Amino acid sequence: MRPDIVRQTDITFIVIVGISFLLLALVTAAMFYFIYKYSRKKNPVATDITGNTTLEILWTAIPLVLVMVMFFFGYSGFKQMRNAPSDAMTVKVTGRMWAWSYEYDNGVKSDTLFVPKGIPIKLELSSADVNHSFYMPAFRVKEDVIPGRKNYMWFDPKEEGRYQVECAEYCGLSHSYMLSQVLVLPAEKFNTWLAESKLKENADTTKMQTDTIKSKQDTLKTK
Amino acid sequence: MDYVSYLDYKGKHKGLLGWILSTDHKRIAILYLVSLVSFFLIAMTIGVLMRLEMLTPGKTIVDPQTYNALFTLHGVIMIFLFIIPGIPVVFGNFFLPIMLGAKDVAFPRLNLLSWYLYIGGAFLVVISLFVGGGPIDTGWTFYVPYSLRTQSNVTLAVFAAFVIGFSSILTGLNFIVTIHRMRCPGMTWFKMPLFVWGLYSTSWIQLLATPVLGITLILIMLERTFGIGIFDPALGGDPLLYQHLFWIYSHPAVYIMVLPAMGLVSEIIPTFSKKDIFGYGPIAMSSLAIAFIGYLVWGHHMFSTGISDTSRAIFSFLTFIVAIPSGVKIFNWVATMYKGSIETRAPFMFVVAFIVIFSIGGLTGLVLGSLNTDIHLTDTYFVVAHFHYVMFGGMGLLFFGGLHYWFPKMFGKMYNERAAKWGLLLFVIGFNTLYFPMFIMGYLGMPRRYYDYLPEYQIYHVISTVGSWILVTGILILVINLIKGLLSKEKYLDPNPWGGTTLEWKVPTPPELENFQEIPTVEHGPYYRDNLIKPENSH
Ligand code: HEM
Ligand SMILES: [Cu+2]
Ligand SMILES: [Cu+2]
Repeated sequence: MRPDIVRQTDITFIVIVGISFLLLALVTAAMFYFIYKYSRKKNPVATDITGNTTLEILWTAIPLVLVMVMFFFGYSGFKQMRNAPSDAMTVKVTGRMWAWSYEYDNGVKSDTLFVPKGIPIKLELSSADVNHSFYMPAFRVKEDVIPGRKNYMWFDPKEEGRYQVECAEYCGLSHSYMLSQVLVLPAEKFNTWLAESKLKENADTTKMQTDTIKSKQDTLKTK
Repeated sequence: MDYVSYLDYKGKHKGLLGWILSTDHKRIAILYLVSLVSFFLIAMTIGVLMRLEMLTPGKTIVDPQTYNALFTLHGVIMIFLFIIPGIPVVFGNFFLPIMLGAKDVAFPRLNLLSWYLYIGGAFLVVISLFVGGGPIDTGWTFYVPYSLRTQSNVTLAVFAAFVIGFSSILTGLNFIVTIHRMRCPGMTWFKMPLFVWGLYSTSWIQLLATPVLGITLILIMLERTFGIGIFDPALGGDPLLYQHLFWIYSHPAVYIMVLPAMGLVSEIIPTFSKKDIFGYGPIAMSSLAIAFIGYLVWGHHMFSTGISDTSRAIFSFLTFIVAIPSGVKIFNWVATMYKGSIETRAPFMFVVAFIVIFSIGGLTGLVLGSLNTDIHLTDTYFVVAHFHYVMFGGMGLLFFGGLHYWFPKMFGKMYNERAAKWGLLLFVIGFNTLYFPMFIMGYLGMPRRYYDYLPEYQIYHVISTVGSWILVTGILILVINLIKGLLSKEKYLDPNPWGGTTLEWKVPTPPELENFQEIPTVEHGPYYRDNLIKPENSH
């Protein structure tokens, strides 16, 4: 079984928010209760209480345990985010002001991230200019794209569909337009797309080469 | 009256000069107060314009370049000119010497110089808008390499921040020496008011961390001018080095902002609960603990930058640890109210609002301290919501709370308390309407610093923008109410309107030029009262 990053992240979120909500409710309720119960009217003279060691220890130790639980959830989810499965397919991602481009192992290039359903994808990130950040909210993953560094991330396209890619690190004028999409296709469809793109690209390159030869010939002829 | 108040005092200079050349800590505090409130109102207006732009996708009122300059300017002003100097330069300057039983800070002239550096830096920011490439558009974080490439006037703007930084360092130094050397007879370390402990912790951070920022900003200027290749990857530099240096200062800076606010809470709660603080020792020590551990968590701003997995884990762990002393403070504050005799006057209500809003800010910080959730949420609106809850709902709100607490003492005038409470109520409603939707859209994937957005986020943006109008109404009510109080002819000379126990409530209102005719001697802790019921088990 491959780890489910989306689920792990959402669970961590719910655990932390749940505990936090309880703490917040507790503190708020206690505070308002005291304000009501010990108002000037109801309690004209205060009692001289300056502290309580047991309480201090308790409310240091209990939160300490709680945050360690939170840390553990966050850390174990994170470890999964960093360990791309060995059968992952690699795609190179380049960020530049203000567009994303993708390159597959066979040299095919695209500005939409086509991926086959059910195969984990490892993305190798590089930047052509300033910092960007490759963010796919639907998959709960992001990693900065920094010039001079080789960062990576991976995700698991389990369902077919279109998902948003956003740049999440401010990169100037059109930062908010530095968008792209992930298109998750059934495996056969993806393979066809990849093969066709390869052929087309070859054709394009061949055409370019023939064009250059032709134009050279033309130049020669005119001479 | 047998004394001359600091407001009426006539020295060598008259009129405005009597203020901008005075080395009296109280007059300097007022100089800061006027400057800070002005910058706050300017940056607030910019914030409201930004919210207006976000009302609809695409262009609403400004073009993208202007929006980018607006959020940068909003951030720079709020951070460097309002919230970092914040409580220390206004209330610290005014009350630290009085609370310690001293006549002034240790270095009064250095104190005035600090204000000039601050104002000089502020002028440089303004000039940077009109010369060179125009308004800076990097975001307040000045991240490289963008800040090296952009045509906008980064060089002058970061120089301005550098100058303001010096003001901060000198204030920190001044306060540390004051606290060490100028406590009145009897005032041992553990008889100091907790506001002083907050200032003390903050001052150390200012003194030790700000130089790191200074160096970093100078390096940006050198890099832009001479291309020496420290940060620029094209020249063999390292962009992450910049982020490390920047956050080594800027994370502790968060505690520079919040520790004095926490100190203020520890003053206001005992005053209005009419009893001693619960857990003086733990509260004082937690300030130091926050200041110390706070140095070691800067990496949590870099969880998605590709730093090593090990360092991410360590920074996350330490971030969770630093949450503990903040929690300890909150529990002790609430416990102080237990068996108190609570008066829900306006300043106390600010603290009540603070505790709830700041807790939400702190608790959502746990979501960002945890590794996998931070990877999803960093650089989204979730973060924008989180830091406004902490900085604005925390320190910003308490700045106004402090103003309402000490206003009668500072000016010998009073504001209308009903209006203050209404203003606060609108503030709280507006604040949550403005920022709470940002948590949701952040989780849904709306990145920050986005001029434009996909239509599915619009509903949250609309709610948020409406919230900004409610919030501003509240703020304007608060400010106008204070100004009206200030201008009213009616004097308010009660030295102790709230029944406080610290030294500032024992001097006349408004205080005289050198605070005390005779240096006081202290016998009890700062919040001691002798007329209270003894707890049952203490025979
Ligand atoms: C009426 C009050 C305020 C409003 C309407 C407001 C609104 C905003 C908005 C809309 C953003 C931009 C979000 C984005 O595009 O990513 C923002 C950013 C920011 N705000 Fe505020 N804000 C207010 C008060 C404050 C206060 C009091 C502080 C500081 C204590 C503050 C500090 C910041 C900072 C540091 C940023 C980040 C700037 C950057 O991304 O470079 N704001 N605010
Ligand atoms: Cu970007
Ligand atoms: Cu931080």
